[in-house]
Amino acid sequence: MIANYGYKDGSGEYYISIDTDKCIGCAAERACLTACPKQMFEIITDDYDDEVAWIKKPNCRTLSYDCADCKPSGGYTSLPCMTACTPGAIKHSW
Amino acid sequence: MNAEVTAAPTAPEKKEFWRWQENTWVDETKDWKTAKIITCGIDVGSVSSQAVLVVDGELYGFNSMRTGNNSPDSATNALQGVMDKCGMKLEDIHYVVGTGYGRVNVPFAHKAITEIACHARGANYMGGNGVRTILDMGGQDCKAIHCDEKGKVTNFLMNDKCAAGTGRGMEVISDLMQIPIAELGPRSFDIDADVDAVSSVCVVFAKSEALGLLKAGYTKNKVIAAYCQAMAERVVSLLERIGVEEGFFITGGIAKNPGVVKRIEKLLGIKAIDTKVDSQIAGALGAALFGYTLMSKKAAA
Repeated sequence: MIANYGYKDGSGEYYISIDTDKCIGCAAERACLTACPKQMFEIITDDYDDEVAWIKKPNCRTLSYDCADCKPSGGYTSLPCMTACTPGAIKHSW
Repeated sequence: MNAEVTAAPTAPEKKEFWRWQENTWVDETKDWKTAKIITCGIDVGSVSSQAVLVVDGELYGFNSMRTGNNSPDSATNALQGVMDKCGMKLEDIHYVVGTGYGRVNVPFAHKAITEIACHARGANYMGGNGVRTILDMGGQDCKAIHCDEKGKVTNFLMNDKCAAGTGRGMEVISDLMQIPIAELGPRSFDIDADVDAVSSVCVVFAKSEALGLLKAGYTKNKVIAAYCQAMAERVVSLLERIGVEEGFFITGGIAKNPGVVKRIEKLLGIKAIDTKVDSQIAGALGAALFGYTLMSKKAAA
């Protein structure tokens, strides 16, 4: 399942998508949990009883601000969450 | 002294144009007393609450009403409405699943499941196993969902940060125009020529823009058409993010508004699957069906 967390507002579209098929039985030992400086990721049991990562609810409405420091303007050349997720389950839409 | 007391003038009664029709329905052809498994789904949304009864895996009855300021009370009232209609008691129901914003506040629920999974399951029941793309236009959010032939979610996206493209937005326009919400859709077609959409990114801006159009001489119907077009464009942009496949189904209250539905269909070039079941109950129906599956598995074990 592709789970898109985030929003679209007047300034643009801000979604982090998590491919739960790649997330189940994580091969990166849940590195996203510690890689994100804002600790936005959390492991939950989804509706189909799979243990997967998601974005914490409060962050879903503030992604453009929360992720701003990890974008190139913040000095990063690649996003820490995407780099840490070696199975390639995490993607940013912006 | 012969003092004559005159009654103080009372304010004219304020009409609630936004108030949509609350519904209770029970399938009189079925007898729940002979059923093996009775499950219930309670969808406590931000604007409306629904209770759906499923008897042996089939829709039996539902109650759809406005959510109050207290989620547990809304859940209780929604269920009581349908139970009163068929003479059922809470003890007769084997399993209750809560969904929607208030799902964790349903006091008698055995399990809580997200509205995304429940809408997909409900749409699969209502529209058949050919349903692949679901648009849920809820009270204060909007969801685009892909599912497989069993109604299992394969891709979803929601927007709950902004009320544009939601039922609440339509209620605001209904009140502004002073036209009952059920009449907005049909009236949006009663215009001479197509109109451009109003602002599609914000209900507040759309409202002030609609006022500006009225002042500029637009008829109410033209303004409504412009708003319906904006709403359609808004949700289509969400749908396009996840892609639209044949087997398109719309759930939520706005599915009852032809002014928005027809415009979405025109923009997508796809006709939405029709259903005879109230589109607002999809989430609660899906929840009740999840409950039925869980009970069936338990019984088989």
